[in-house]
Amino acid sequence: MSIWLARLSVDRWRRASTPEADAAPTALILDTAHGPRITAANDAGAAAGARGGMLLADARALCPELVAVPADPAGDLAALEKLALWAQRWGPWSALDPPDGLLVDVTGAAHLFGGEGRLLADVAAAFAARGLNARPALAPTAGAAWALAHYGQGPAILTPEDDPLRLLADLPVAALRLDDDVLTALRRLGIKHLGELAGASGAGEEDAAREAAARDGLRRRFRSRHSPAANPLLRLDQLLGKVPEPLLPVIGRPMPLVQRCLMEPLRHRTPLDRVVEDLAADMVRTLEARGEGARRLELALWRVDGEVLTRRIELAAATREAAHITRLFAARLDDVDAGFGIEMVQLRASWSEPLRLAQADLDAAAEDHGTALAACIDRLSVRLGPKAVTRPVARASHIPERAQGWQPPMEPVPAIQQALAFHTRPLKLLDRPEPIAVLYASPDGVPQRFRWRGEVREVARVEGPERIAPEWWRERSTVRLRDYYRIEDAAGRRYWIYRQGIAGDGRGGVPDWFLQGLYA
Amino acid sequence: MPVPSFRPSPGRLLARALPEPRWRPGLGAHPFHSEIFAPGNEASGTGLALALARDALMSEEAAADQIRHVLWVQDRAAIRLGGRPCLAGLPPDLADRLIHVAAATPEDALFALEEGLKCRDIACVIGEIPGNPRALSFTASRRLSLTAEKHGVRLWLVRLDAAPDLSSARMRWQARAAPSPPPRWDPAAPGTATWHAELFRARTHLPGQWSLSDDAGTLRLASELDIEAAAPDIVHLARPTVGRSLAARVHP
Repeated sequence: MSIWLARLSVDRWRRASTPEADAAPTALILDTAHGPRITAANDAGAAAGARGGMLLADARALCPELVAVPADPAGDLAALEKLALWAQRWGPWSALDPPDGLLVDVTGAAHLFGGEGRLLADVAAAFAARGLNARPALAPTAGAAWALAHYGQGPAILTPEDDPLRLLADLPVAALRLDDDVLTALRRLGIKHLGELAGASGAGEEDAAREAAARDGLRRRFRSRHSPAANPLLRLDQLLGKVPEPLLPVIGRPMPLVQRCLMEPLRHRTPLDRVVEDLAADMVRTLEARGEGARRLELALWRVDGEVLTRRIELAAATREAAHITRLFAARLDDVDAGFGIEMVQLRASWSEPLRLAQADLDAAAEDHGTALAACIDRLSVRLGPKAVTRPVARASHIPERAQGWQPPMEPVPAIQQALAFHTRPLKLLDRPEPIAVLYASPDGVPQRFRWRGEVREVARVEGPERIAPEWWRERSTVRLRDYYRIEDAAGRRYWIYRQGIAGDGRGGVPDWFLQGLYA
Repeated sequence: MPVPSFRPSPGRLLARALPEPRWRPGLGAHPFHSEIFAPGNEASGTGLALALARDALMSEEAAADQIRHVLWVQDRAAIRLGGRPCLAGLPPDLADRLIHVAAATPEDALFALEEGLKCRDIACVIGEIPGNPRALSFTASRRLSLTAEKHGVRLWLVRLDAAPDLSSARMRWQARAAPSPPPRWDPAAPGTATWHAELFRARTHLPGQWSLSDDAGTLRLASELDIEAAAPDIVHLARPTVGRSLAARVHP
C-alpha cells in the first residue's frame, strides 16, 4: 500500500496555525540562490495563483497580499518518519518514500479491517483525523501502488488478478517515479503514457523474438543509466513485479530511558546521589527486561532555571550493574552546578548491546573478591580519559616506533605475523628519540663516548650495527636509514642508540645520533 | 557486646610463616607492596621490578593455571623520563597480557594503582612515579599496602630519582645497573641484564646487597651466572672428529 500525503508541509503548517491565518493566501518558501522560492501554498494561496516552484517575487506580482512562511523540510522528514512508524497499525512493515509518501506492506493484513476497500477507507479517515490529506492506494507491487496513489483516477485498488498494464495504461510516464531529465527524454521520444512505453518495450507482443528486439532497443537507449530512477525499463519491470524492489523499512527502536521528576528541586549532592542510584536501579531493570547491557549512558539534569546538564560515560563492556553505574557517575558529578536546584533527572542508554541473563553474584562480590577487569578499566577510563588505558599491539613495520600501536585493552588483538627475534629490543622506548652528541673514531664506526641529558658516558661494549632501512612505500625518498647499536656504558647502563644516515649517502650532511631505547 | 572476629591480613600471615633470614631469588616470599628506588636515566628499576614480579608470578601461576593481566601504570613525568614499554622488548610471557595506563599526574597514577590492586583479574601491578610528589605521602603508601594485602595483588612501585622518604612498603630496594657478564660468543657485546640491588628495609629479611641478573626470564644471582656461563654452551652438539679427517669421506 502506498500513501501519498499530497500536501504534507501545508498540512503541518495549518495544524500549527489558526484558521484565520489559513484563510489568508499563504505560501511556504525556501531560500534559494535566486531568492525565495515557493515550495507549497495553501488553498487560498493556490487560488490566488501561487504554485510550487514559483519565485516569491512572481507570486507577489499576481497577489500582493500573499503571506510568506518559511518551509521546514527537516521537520517534514521527521514528521514523515513518525508517521511511518504510526502507519504500522495497518501492516507489520513500513518504509519512507521521501519527500511526502509512505509505503506499508499490508500483505495478508486486509482482512483484519474487513477487506481492502475498508482498509483504504480506514487509512483515509485516520489521516483526516490527524488533519492530513492522504491518498492511499493498494497494489501488488510498491511501484504500482505509488503510481495509483499519485496519478490514479479511478479505483485505488489493484488486485493480483488484474492486468496492471491494462488498468494503468492511461497514467502518465511520471507515475514511474523517474527523474525529470528522463521524463524530458521520454517526452521528446513522444512517449507520454505508460501504455505507450509498455508498447515500445514490446510488452504484449505475441512473438517472443519481436518482444526481445523491442526491449533491447529501449534498453540500449538507456543503457548507461543504472539507477532505477533513471531507467524507465527497470521502473516498468518493478511496477509489473518482474524485478524485485528492495525497500528500507523503518524500525522503531526505543532507547531505554528512565527519569525522575522531583517534588522539590535538589540543591545538594547527597540527595542527587540517591536519585542517581534509584535511576541506575530502574535502568538495570529496564535493560534486564530487554536482555541488554548498556555501553553508553547519558545522564541529563534539568535545572529550575532551564539549563540542562548532561554527563556521558562509555563502558568497556556491556554492563547491567547498578552499583557500577552509580559509582561511575559519582565520579562525574563533582563539578555539577545545581544553581537554584535540579527538578528532573533522566538516564538513558543511547548505546546498548545484547547481554545474556547470567547468574547473579552469589558472593558479596567486589568488596571481598575484587572487581572484574572490565569494571576496573571503566573506572580508570572514566577518570583518566579513554586514551589513557591501552594495551600494546604489534604492527607490521620495521621502524621501532611504528612497529607498536596502542589499542583499547578489551578489544581483540589483530592477528599479525610475529617478527623474527634475531635482535634484542629494549625494554622501554622513548616517545621521541633524543639527540645525543657522539664521539667516534670514524664517521661510520662505533661510538666511543656520548653525551645524553648533560652527562658524558664512556661506551664500554657495543653490538651492531643493525641496519633498518626506511620504508620506501610510505616515506619520502629523502628519509635516511638508521644504524642501531646496542651499547653498555662503563657503569653498566644499557641503551639503544642509532645513527641516522651514513656519511656520503647524499641525503644530508653529517649524520645525527639519537638515543631511542633503554635496556633493562 | 559481641567480640569482632579478628582476621589477620594475608601480609601478616605470610610474614609469620616464612622465617627465612636471608633473601635470595626464587624464595617466592614476595611481600604485597615493594618499592624500588632507581635512577631515572636507566631502565634498571623497571627491569628489576619485572624480574621480581615474574619471580613471584611463576610459582603462583603454575599452581593456579590461570593467566591474568599485568597493569603497568606510569605518570606523564615517568613517560618523559624513561619512555613507554616496548612490546618487542618485553619478556614474551608478559607481552600479550600487559595493560598500560598513562596517567597525567601522580594523583591519577596513585588512583590507577589502587584500582588495579582492587581488581581480581590482575596478577600484579607495576607503577612508575618519579621524584617525591606531595601526593605520595606515607598515608598514600599505607593505603596502597592495605589495599594490596586485602585483595592479594602484588605491587612493585618504581621510584625514579627519588629520595627514600617515609613509606609503608614491606620491602624497599635500591637498584642501579651493573656491568653485565660478557656473552660467551661475543665478548664485546652487552650481556644479559644485570643489576646491583640493595635491600635496605624489609620486614622478614635481613638487609643486604646482591648482584642480580635476568637469565632468560629467571632471576639469579650474578655470581651463579658467572660459574654456569652466560650463554648456552652448545659444544656437545658438535660430534668429535676423532680418528678421521674433516674432509668428505671417499668411497672406494
